[in-house]
Order: sequence, then structure tokens, then C-alpha cells
Amino acid sequence: MSAETQARPRTMRRLEPAAITGVMSREVANFRTYWKGTTFSSVLEPLVYLLAFGLGLGATLVDEVEGVPYIQFVGTGMVATAVIFSSAVPAMFGTFVKHRFQNTYEAILAAPVDVEELVTAEMVWIAGRSAVYGCVPLIVTFFWGLDPAPGMLLVPVFAFLTALGFAGFGVAMAATVAKIDQFNYVTALFVTPLFLVAGTFFPISGLPEGVQVVAQVNPLHQLVELVRGGAFGFEAVDIARFAFLLAFALLTWRVAVSRMSKRLID
Amino acid sequence: MAAIELSRVVKHFGAITAVDGLDLDVPEGICLGLLGPNGAGKSTTMRLLTGQAIADAGELRVLGYELPAQSKPARAEMGVVPQLDNLDVDVTVEDNLAVYARLYRVKDVGAAVDRCLDLARLRDRRKDAVDELSGGMRRRLLLVRGLVHEPKLVLLDEPTVGLDPQIRTELWTLIGDLKARGTTILMSTHYIEEAERLSDEVAVMHKGKVINRGRPADLIAEHAGTHTAEVYAAPDRLIELRASAEAAGLRVRPAGPAIAIVGSERAGDGAVPEDAVVRAATLEDVFVLLTGEEAE
Repeated sequence: MSAETQARPRTMRRLEPAAITGVMSREVANFRTYWKGTTFSSVLEPLVYLLAFGLGLGATLVDEVEGVPYIQFVGTGMVATAVIFSSAVPAMFGTFVKHRFQNTYEAILAAPVDVEELVTAEMVWIAGRSAVYGCVPLIVTFFWGLDPAPGMLLVPVFAFLTALGFAGFGVAMAATVAKIDQFNYVTALFVTPLFLVAGTFFPISGLPEGVQVVAQVNPLHQLVELVRGGAFGFEAVDIARFAFLLAFALLTWRVAVSRMSKRLID
Repeated sequence: MAAIELSRVVKHFGAITAVDGLDLDVPEGICLGLLGPNGAGKSTTMRLLTGQAIADAGELRVLGYELPAQSKPARAEMGVVPQLDNLDVDVTVEDNLAVYARLYRVKDVGAAVDRCLDLARLRDRRKDAVDELSGGMRRRLLLVRGLVHEPKLVLLDEPTVGLDPQIRTELWTLIGDLKARGTTILMSTHYIEEAERLSDEVAVMHKGKVINRGRPADLIAEHAGTHTAEVYAAPDRLIELRASAEAAGLRVRPAGPAIAIVGSERAGDGAVPEDAVVRAATLEDVFVLLTGEEAE
């Protein structure tokens, strides 16, 4: 064994940081080649929504919601939109392509990396990226009079945790669908409804009671409320919201690991 | 200790038995060619060895590690070169290697990358994206990526499948260098010439099990004798000639548009027609006789 290589133990632990960072280093190497396009769309799309709804509706139909100028209401809510579209969607398509078309996972799993480490690394990487993109609408809203507040420092944490959950959801979906076009069902049945019933554009208190109950189990709604808490003041219930997001991330992580194990190990 | 020890290994995929009671030992320091037709179970065997398939029955031990329980430390000490090119095409040559050096926990990533670049003769292309490389360069890179941690054991899964002869020869040179350094190699292939040139021993796999094994020269001597007579003729005449050779106790196999009369040195007068082309017996003759499949 040469000086380049490490002496190796006969047993290796679960969830080794070296395996997780190794997989993430592959993501970083690839991201360096396409970051401009991804960043452009991840930043621009929520901004377009923010400007269209915030300025459009704010200037014509709605002045304030719950005592907050409408553009600030939408701007704080748009964090959730940026998070779901930069986590669930890349997790679904990226995982599917790497597994089915590029055979990337076959090569990674031939190294001392197990499926749990692989999935964890993919989720953490996507969530980290998404936490950054998620903060952009909030920062832009500063230009429309949103005052910085200390609670906003927690927004990247909230965004990361939510993105972790949606990345797990995306990975699990990628391991479940048979063909890439089946993501249309996933988007239509899950992603779009979750995005629309998150309280981003209107308070969910105005929705029918049954829909309000459904909205309460929507992780994006919990994120929207936490971001608004950071901007306008937290409430005690926000601890429960944070715990809900933590549980969502843990649940989707385990489901993603299980689904991917079935898919990758014969 | 053998580098690989498989005992009575079975793997089913639904109603299909891909590996059927496989026994296989690979001693340290040799190159064993796993030769078999498509569907013989070679790729499943490779997946079992990398922990990407779990056996339904049997015992597997790699470099002293029990599989699948100790698959992870076993994988840390073996290198795998896949059948399909799964390099990251937009990423530079050196980053492709660096990523796998990290995955294999190599301490000095830079030195490992440099060593692999030299091995693949790609040092001057290190900053280029993989997409910009020729087919041969990509395959060399794929091969050395599996050697980035200087493994004790290398699994080559159909390393030259679908490649043109020039690239195949380049890879054979690299694999030859690896052999010369004493690395244990298990190479699955369905190319007879590849198995014959590179392997110290060949195990012929058919329907999920090894049906014969030995040094290529020994297998040829045992099953095919010294000479084979190939006869090219119209189909009707080939049928007649085949019947007559078999009646004389000779083994005959199809050889594309011809028939090959194996062990023709043992033929009596008239059993081999005068217009036959007599050549030295090959591993291909053995392969076809044992498996009943046409060779590539």
C-alpha cells in the first residue's frame, strides 16, 4: 500500500462523513459546470412570481394582508416557493437521470459508500443549495420596504430543513417511478397543490375548512409561517412548526433510503 | 488465502436463476477470465461481489471479508471498472479522478490523481472536460479511475465491450501492466481473444455456474486437441461432412458459414476433406464445444 492510501479498518461505520463528503464533492464538481443556468432559473422564477403577484396584485387589488403590505406578505412566502422548486424538482430529475441514464450510482456504490450515505449526501447537497436560493426572495423584498429582523437569520435554517424533506421526497419519487414522464403526475398531484396551498399568495384562513386542515400538514405552509415569524415576530406555535419540518425531513429521509435501496440493490 | 471465494452461490431474479450454485476461487496475484455467453451470469457475479446484489444462498468472501455483511470494507480494497462508461462528462479529467480518490478515502488525493493521469497517459489533458476526450482516452480514464486507491483486487466487467480494435489493444496494454504489478484481477468477458491473451486462467461460465476451468492452453489441449479443420461449402455438403466426421468420432461445431472439425489431428483417412483449412485449435473451439454458443 503506498503512502497515498490510508490504512483501512476491517469494519466501517454507518453514515461515514468521508463517504458523504465524497459524494458531495462529486456534486460540487458537476455544479461548477452548470451553476449559472441553475442559479439563473432558481433566482429568476421566484422573483417573477414575487413581482407579478406582489406588485401586480398589490398595486391593483390588495393593499395589505394581516396588517402587512402585500408585496412583503408575498415576498416572505416566496421563500417556500423557491425552496420547493430548487429541492423537490432537482431531486426527482437529478436522481432519476444519475440512476437510469448515467449509471452514476453504480460507480459510487462500487466504492465504500452505501445507499444510506449516498441518499444522505444527495439530500444534504440539494438542501444546502436550496437554502441559499430560498433566501433570495426575502433579500429582494428588502427593496420593497421589508425591515431586516434578527429572526430572519434563522430563515436559512428553516429553508434547509424544509428542502431536506423535499429532497428526500424527490429522491423517493425518483426511485418509485418507472419512466421519467411520470414525474408529470408527481408535479400535478403533489408539487403544484403544495405550492398553491402554502399561504404564499393568500392566507389559508380564507380557504374552506377542509382545505385549511390539509394545509396544516403541508410542510411548505409551515415554512411560510416560520419565515413570516422570523420577519414579523415568532409565536409559541412556531416551535411545533419547526418540529413538524424536522419530522418531515426524517420521514422522507428514511423513505428515500428504503426506496433507493430497493432500486439499487438487487 | 484466495482473493475471492464463492461457494454454492445462488441468485434468482423472479423465475430466472442468474447464478446457480456457483463455486469460484480466485487466488491472489492471478488474472482469472470469466468467460461466458450473454446471460451466463457474469455481470450478476460482479454485482454480487460489489454488494449491489445480495445472494439468495451460498457463501461469498472477498479479500477475507464476508459478503454482504462486510461489503463496505471489502469495496474499499477492490477496484471496479464497469462495462458502461459512467464518467461525469462535463467535469474535468482530474476532478473525475479526485472525486473517486475521496470516495475511496485516499489520503493524498493530488498524488493519486497524478499517478492515474500518468498511468492513463492523460497528464496533458487533466484540465479538459471528459466530453472533449477521444473514445480511447475515455476508456483509459475509466480504467484508471478504478485504480485510484491502488486496490489489491480489480474487477473488470467486460472492459472492452463494444470498442474498436485500437482502443481494445490500448486497454489490454493497461491491463497487462496491472497484471505485471501482481494485482489480482477478475475479468468478465465474452471475447475469446481477450480471455486468451490476458488471463492466467479461464473459467467458462454457462447458465449461472462454472462448467470448466483451467489455463487456456490446458483447456485447449483437454477439449480441442491440437488442430481444427474448418470446411467452407454449400449447406447440403456441410450437413453430409458433419455427419461423416461425427460418425468417425470427431466433434464438430458450427463456425459461421463453415463447420469446424475439432481435434482433426485424430481424424482417420477421409474424415476431413482435402479442401479443409487446418489451423491450431483455439479457446474459441473449447468455448463453443462447452457452451454450445457461438463465440465473439
